Amino acid sequence: MKAFRGFVIKEFFHIFRDRRTLVILFGMPIIQMMLFGYAIRNEVQDVQVAVVDWAHDSASEAITDRLEASRYLQVVPGIEHQDIERAFRRGEAKVAVTFPRNFERDLILGESPTVQVITDATDPNTANTVLAYVTAAIGTYQIEVLTTSGGARPASIVLEPRMRFNPELRSVVLFVPGLIALILMLVCALMTSITITREKEIGTMEILLVSPLRPGQIIVGKVMPYLVLSLVNVVTILLLASQVFLVPIRGSLTLLLAECFLFIICALALGIFISTRTSTQQVAMMISLAGLLLPTVILSGFIFPVASMPAPLQIVSHIVPAKWFLIVIRGIMIKGVGLEAIWQETLVLVGMTTVFLVASVRGFNVRLAD
Amino acid sequence: MTSAPAIICQGLTRKFGSFTAVDSISFEVAQGEVFGFLGANGAGKTTAIRMLTGLLQPTGGQAWVAGHDVYSEVEAVKRSIGYMSQRFSLYDDLTVRENIEFYGGIYGLRKTELHQKSGDLIERLDMEAEANSMIRSLPLGWRQKIAFSVAVLHEPAIVFLDEPTGGVDPITRRQFWDLIYEKAAQGVTVFVTTHYMDEAEYCDRVSIMVDGRIEALGSPAELKKGHGVDSINDLFVLLARGGKRGDA
Amino acid sequence: MRIIAIILRKEFRQIFRNRAMLPILFVLPVIQLLVLSYAATFEVRETPLVVIDQDRSETSRALIARLDASLYFQIGEQTTSMEEAERALLFGEVDMVMTIPSGLERDLGAGQPVIVQVVLDAEDGATAGIVQSYATQIINQVNADISLGPPGIRIAPSHWYNPNLEYTTFMVPGILVLLVTIIGTFLSAMNVVREKEIGTIEQLNVTPIKRYQFVVAKLLPFWIIGMAELGVGLVIAKIVFSVPMVGSLWLVFALAGLYLLVMLGLGLWISTLTDTQQQAMFVAWFLMVIFILLSGLFTPIDSMPRWAQIVTEFNPIAHFIEIMRRILLKGAGFQDVTRQTAALAIQAVLMLTLAVRQYQKRTG
Repeated sequence: MKAFRGFVIKEFFHIFRDRRTLVILFGMPIIQMMLFGYAIRNEVQDVQVAVVDWAHDSASEAITDRLEASRYLQVVPGIEHQDIERAFRRGEAKVAVTFPRNFERDLILGESPTVQVITDATDPNTANTVLAYVTAAIGTYQIEVLTTSGGARPASIVLEPRMRFNPELRSVVLFVPGLIALILMLVCALMTSITITREKEIGTMEILLVSPLRPGQIIVGKVMPYLVLSLVNVVTILLLASQVFLVPIRGSLTLLLAECFLFIICALALGIFISTRTSTQQVAMMISLAGLLLPTVILSGFIFPVASMPAPLQIVSHIVPAKWFLIVIRGIMIKGVGLEAIWQETLVLVGMTTVFLVASVRGFNVRLAD
Repeated sequence: MTSAPAIICQGLTRKFGSFTAVDSISFEVAQGEVFGFLGANGAGKTTAIRMLTGLLQPTGGQAWVAGHDVYSEVEAVKRSIGYMSQRFSLYDDLTVRENIEFYGGIYGLRKTELHQKSGDLIERLDMEAEANSMIRSLPLGWRQKIAFSVAVLHEPAIVFLDEPTGGVDPITRRQFWDLIYEKAAQGVTVFVTTHYMDEAEYCDRVSIMVDGRIEALGSPAELKKGHGVDSINDLFVLLARGGKRGDA
Repeated sequence: MRIIAIILRKEFRQIFRNRAMLPILFVLPVIQLLVLSYAATFEVRETPLVVIDQDRSETSRALIARLDASLYFQIGEQTTSMEEAERALLFGEVDMVMTIPSGLERDLGAGQPVIVQVVLDAEDGATAGIVQSYATQIINQVNADISLGPPGIRIAPSHWYNPNLEYTTFMVPGILVLLVTIIGTFLSAMNVVREKEIGTIEQLNVTPIKRYQFVVAKLLPFWIIGMAELGVGLVIAKIVFSVPMVGSLWLVFALAGLYLLVMLGLGLWISTLTDTQQQAMFVAWFLMVIFILLSGLFTPIDSMPRWAQIVTEFNPIAHFIEIMRRILLKGAGFQDVTRQTAALAIQAVLMLTLAVRQYQKRTG
């Protein structure tokens, strides 16, 4: 036991002496948190709109005013019809709204004038959303005109949306759980796989193996510092999220931390598993990057909703631990549910962790045998 | 030209902060001489070599290598020397022939010349069978011999060898020194550091460094006589014991 | 020139001899391109929803049928219990709950507006917004069906460059940039530091190689590999994703060459700055994550706050993604991307100068 303690202490020294890596390990979560909190939003905002007004009457101007007033749109002046294409190509506008001649007159005469909405549809999301904004602006204008003119209001269904769990639609609420998963994968899986492979590459692993330490102890000793580092990172992110960015933690904090701990063990097991299968740091790094970090970003629902992906990718996403972890964490933090709502996902994580642990222990033993 | 020394050091000094790694060393090495540069671990040998080969800027004193100033004519120095470092200097994922051709090419050897030289070299080292093997598959002693041959491939006037025989068995060491003598006989100046005191006896002259200073300088015979000892080994232990750094 | 050629030959030999690296160089990028392009979509389809129909009239059934018929929604079980619906929302079984009030048909018939409430799971705000806009579209259609009044303003949308609103068309050019970037930057960042770790760098430093020769020879292999990968990527983009390539491919490659200089310079600079491959990788990864997050690849730059948009001016990835999208999708010519090109040129000069200066053959 004494040998083991000494070994763990040595491992801590290793990490804490490499200042540069340490700064990155602690700095990365904070900087990413700041970026997601302040800079990155996946909603569409401040889209530049060109208005080509051939009518210049009170109706077209009233609608333009409405577009201008929207916080999602920003009217760019001085773009004529023949300039639209160039403006799109240079990124000076994303949408062009064109009012025809005699717009108001036709409207009054009931001749249904046509407003043309041309979008730069290279980004379909922006195109769709902006079209919806413009449609809405024109719709409310019409209702208003009809109401004030005293004409009969057309009977209609009015949709009243309520945004549950995140009424202001803040992106940061969505991103925080994903960020936790990403950081944990990075620190636990990537760092662990590299540090163990490094020991193999330098040849010091042999020395450890002939020491009185048992293989299990070596592995535990190696991953211990990363376990501590990850816990610190989780707490840092949660503190920043709740104190600075006012992301709610509606459910039980104990449950939240317990689930994080489970995910950390899962990621560590993955890291160990990778290191038993690789012999150089470069390969370990590339496998971790491509096999763990990328799926964690892309296939977990971190940024892109899993439900929108094609079926094969949805199936693949089932084997990405982060996908299940995200459902769990979002449930606890944002919806405030307890274990009764997320026990299935938790079980999946427990199962995965067990499989990875068994596989890595076996991988390690096999290596010792030959 | 024959009378001009190959290396001149006058008060050469290197400080790292408040630590003086090399403390005002002065010596001359004649052309064609085999000069042994001895010292305990941490005495400052490698720092001195790095200054003479232009890898490290001195903080004081003067030095000329092959007549070129180590401050202002670094590139000229580099063209006149060969260097075999303490750390492994060949690419272990390239073959013997590829390593030879790579380093020869960097020194500007022409293609035909390069072909001929690498052929000669492989033949002389008796490695025809291994010419296309990866360096990593060869035993250490062979690699060291190749590394030396690569260091002198471009026919430099002076060659610096930093512990070239570390970890090598006695027979291979003997063969290695045969290579060194062969070069010296061709007029190449050899500047070599070593831990093996029997090797020191092979040198024309040796210096012994203790704590960044040169404590003894002369031919092995002179030094033994002057200090009243039987071997360079005894002299080394006598001097090094006075030192505070290192583990010798 | 000859010396550069000699170092080049050595670098290529080492790259192609490393069995583990070859798949990483050539297979991984292809897989990444395929997976990323299919996965990176904000398009929302078949949102599961539950409808609480308190009216149970012909009109309410027509509304439900409309929802069900659209590709955007998928109606699960119907319930009359608000509690049950709330539970489904909480447990993530549905993403939307729509409540149709009793008296819908009656009130509409009487010419009164009726409020239909939808509750959306807004964990993912952006998706919620999109789902809401789909719901609005469908309600508008229903309104048009039952409306008796005069037709009002008609809206004629036309979507340029991407008429079918294909998400892959938008994402693929950006993802291509990512591939080229990751390979180039990471490999060049690991390269010099590896020679440091092994010790061969000393041997090179005592040779009369000039600094520029060293830097050029170290960069060129990855530059060539990067350009080759871009070529392969473009072929895949064309064949698999049918991405339109309106603009000049020559221009694409010319600017890609410039862009690679920036990123390789960055990689080399990191490599000369660090002592171990692990460190180099971390610094590269750290910078890469920030650059990619702020590049406009996944989230629109327009949505960022002012200060972040200014920071983006220093982000080469953002510039090149913009260039790729403009040239490939919109057929922009050189005059349309001069600002981005100028930014890249300045950054290339800066990074390469830094890298060459940082690489010292002699330590002071």
